[in-house]
Amino acid sequence: MRRVYLDYNATAPLLPEALEAAVPYYASVWGNASSIHRQGREARMAVEDAREHVARLIGGPNPLDLVFTSGGTEAVNLAIRGYAHGNRTRGHHIITTRVEHPAVLDTCRALEQDGFELTYLPVDGLGCVHPEALADSIRPHTILFTMTYGNHEVGTLQPLAALVDVAHAHGVTVHVDAVQAVGRVPIDVVASGIDLLSLAGHKFGGPKGVGALYIHASMGATMQAVIRGGHQERERRAGTEDVPSIVALGRACALISQRLADEGTRLTRLRDHLEAGVLSRIGAVHQIGKGGERLPNTANLSFTGVKGEALVFNLDLLGIVVSTGASCSSRQGVPSQVLEVMGVSREVSEGSVRFSLGWTTTDEDIERVLDVLPSAVERLRMLSPVF
Amino acid sequence: MKRPIYMDHQTTTPIDRDVLEAMMPYLTDQFGDPSSRSHAWGWAAEEAVDRARDQVATLIGAQPEEIFFTSGATESDNLAIKGIARAYKEQGRHIVTQQTEHRAILDSCRTLEQEGCTITYLPVDRYGLVDPEAVRQAITDHTILVSLMHANNEVGTIQPLAEIGAIVKARGILFHSDAVQTVGKIACNVDDLQLDLLSISAHKMYGPKGVGALYVRKTRPRRIKLTPLLDGGGHERGLRSGTLNVPGIVGLGKACEIGTRVWPEEAERLTRLRERFVASVMQGLDHTYLNGHPMRRLPANVNLSFAGVDGEALIMGMTEVACSSGSACTSTTLEPSYVLKAMGLDDALVHASIRFGLGRWTTQDDVDSTVQTVMSRVKRLREMSPQYEMMARAIASRSGR
Repeated sequence: MRRVYLDYNATAPLLPEALEAAVPYYASVWGNASSIHRQGREARMAVEDAREHVARLIGGPNPLDLVFTSGGTEAVNLAIRGYAHGNRTRGHHIITTRVEHPAVLDTCRALEQDGFELTYLPVDGLGCVHPEALADSIRPHTILFTMTYGNHEVGTLQPLAALVDVAHAHGVTVHVDAVQAVGRVPIDVVASGIDLLSLAGHKFGGPKGVGALYIHASMGATMQAVIRGGHQERERRAGTEDVPSIVALGRACALISQRLADEGTRLTRLRDHLEAGVLSRIGAVHQIGKGGERLPNTANLSFTGVKGEALVFNLDLLGIVVSTGASCSSRQGVPSQVLEVMGVSREVSEGSVRFSLGWTTTDEDIERVLDVLPSAVERLRMLSPVF
Repeated sequence: MKRPIYMDHQTTTPIDRDVLEAMMPYLTDQFGDPSSRSHAWGWAAEEAVDRARDQVATLIGAQPEEIFFTSGATESDNLAIKGIARAYKEQGRHIVTQQTEHRAILDSCRTLEQEGCTITYLPVDRYGLVDPEAVRQAITDHTILVSLMHANNEVGTIQPLAEIGAIVKARGILFHSDAVQTVGKIACNVDDLQLDLLSISAHKMYGPKGVGALYVRKTRPRRIKLTPLLDGGGHERGLRSGTLNVPGIVGLGKACEIGTRVWPEEAERLTRLRERFVASVMQGLDHTYLNGHPMRRLPANVNLSFAGVDGEALIMGMTEVACSSGSACTSTTLEPSYVLKAMGLDDALVHASIRFGLGRWTTQDDVDSTVQTVMSRVKRLREMSPQYEMMARAIASRSGR
């Protein structure tokens, strides 16, 4: 039985080309990129090469604006903490949204304990923040607005341009958590006026354990490092560079840069086919987050009378891997905060399942889901006292 | 082109083939996120992480639940030092460490000084050893943490941690060690050394880069508190958020499993090679000095000063041998080694120093060939150096010849 993996918003398989690019840096060029001998210089060149590819994927004008981190969570922490602590003399108010990933929300809560004031903006039924709401929340001492582009649970893409305009009109710096968006939709930090942008390798075919933070050249000096203890990454992130992973990330970015438009179209088609197929075969299904701009790979569907958890387990037995929401909060059946904030009723929220597609997803995968999903839902509904 | 002989194993090590092989499934088919609790991909990843946790714990004599994975030892050190200081700031704001620590510790301490902590940087003797009595005297009623590296990365000196651990423990203070250079290389048991926290790096012990661990002793009735550096999702029981680097963690685990098996024999073999290395160079060259302790040192560490020779020039000139002038983390800045300075070495000899780091696959031929290369280069550089001539003449006249 071919297993169908539709949990790309949790993690994605590594692109074979990315692994292939990394292997020499495991097997023969193992030097420390800080060493001055040949082994070290070769490693350094590979790291700088990768930095260029990452920069190019997000439209970064200068590779040196990118800092490699151990992943998206670290990038987000460095962006928010690093900027907040480095600019504390300018102000202590930070604005974010109520539908952020825990990496942002937990970091913001930690900053509240350090004496920062936080505003958590509400969203509409599609998960969007309204630019007027942002404008209203800005105070004289607001220093940072941090928002996700590409919600991990429903895929909502915020009205980036409008939000950045509002923030910049008030002199507020913008951080974008683009962990789910990079490699899936085009991003251009310069055209969008993004000041800080976080990305993670393992969501789009790069390796786990590596990510990056883009820091606009004008911010660099004010950022405070979270991890110190070496000159690496121009003192913004200490620690021996994970050369093979960085090389693999670079290779993944280079490939994605070429494929982005086609892959976006392909995934949109597959996702739309999945949604349409489900709606035509199964009754009483809610499409959550549909109607506005969203990631091409994400569908969040709720099946009335079914517990999402139960459906996820049943599908796993049938060889189909999906998730009930963010993997980071899918642990103890905690109801998804994102859906609640969007005004989704508890019943609909409990019946929701996230299908997230990626580079290995094929037409056959979607057909397989459409084959087995109706009976799986029906079985669970028969057991349900409410349906 | 022939690759140079790699004599820089204290900077980083090549990955053991068995380690890479163990990682491969997790770089390909088994790509799951261990936080995904609802499907087989997630479970397989979780199982792999659990196994690695066991392997790391076994090597240092700890319990698996006392191991927390990080992105490397620099992060482990930052987490240990800042995490303890921030969590215990009500109890006290004083930390004791030493002048020859790795920058990961020293820079973390500087950050804490900005946050209002007081740090005592203990001096070391000419071998790089810290005096246990000095630790005892440095401890005050406000001391919350003592952090001393197990073995120095530049000169290889092994600190008397067991003795110091007893002193620290008697005062009820937390004891941390950056054991990056010793885990998997020499005996390093958290109970024998009476450690509460210990930092581990994979890439210094034939594992992959980008992964490390922090050991945190499980104490009763009160747990050791640490304020996390990174928030977001509460992975690693809230201490370190972020999707786990499964292949890296598997690699660290495998490296520890191999380390547990091979270190005693490997340490013996490398000690013999090191002694051969040092003896041959000393026999063949005048005015050459071994930095660090002659015996209480890492089996694989050779740190020599060649009077009258510029260390950087020597390294750059030896294309057949890859070695370094001290810590790679400071070598690109070309600043003289603060470790050697703290040991009281005069500036000329600091600049004349080179570190050779032997490793798992270093052969006797590698050693002999390195020694030959070093001796001929040093002799040539000295012939070209007016400074050396003057110095040699001064020494000769002083000794009445």
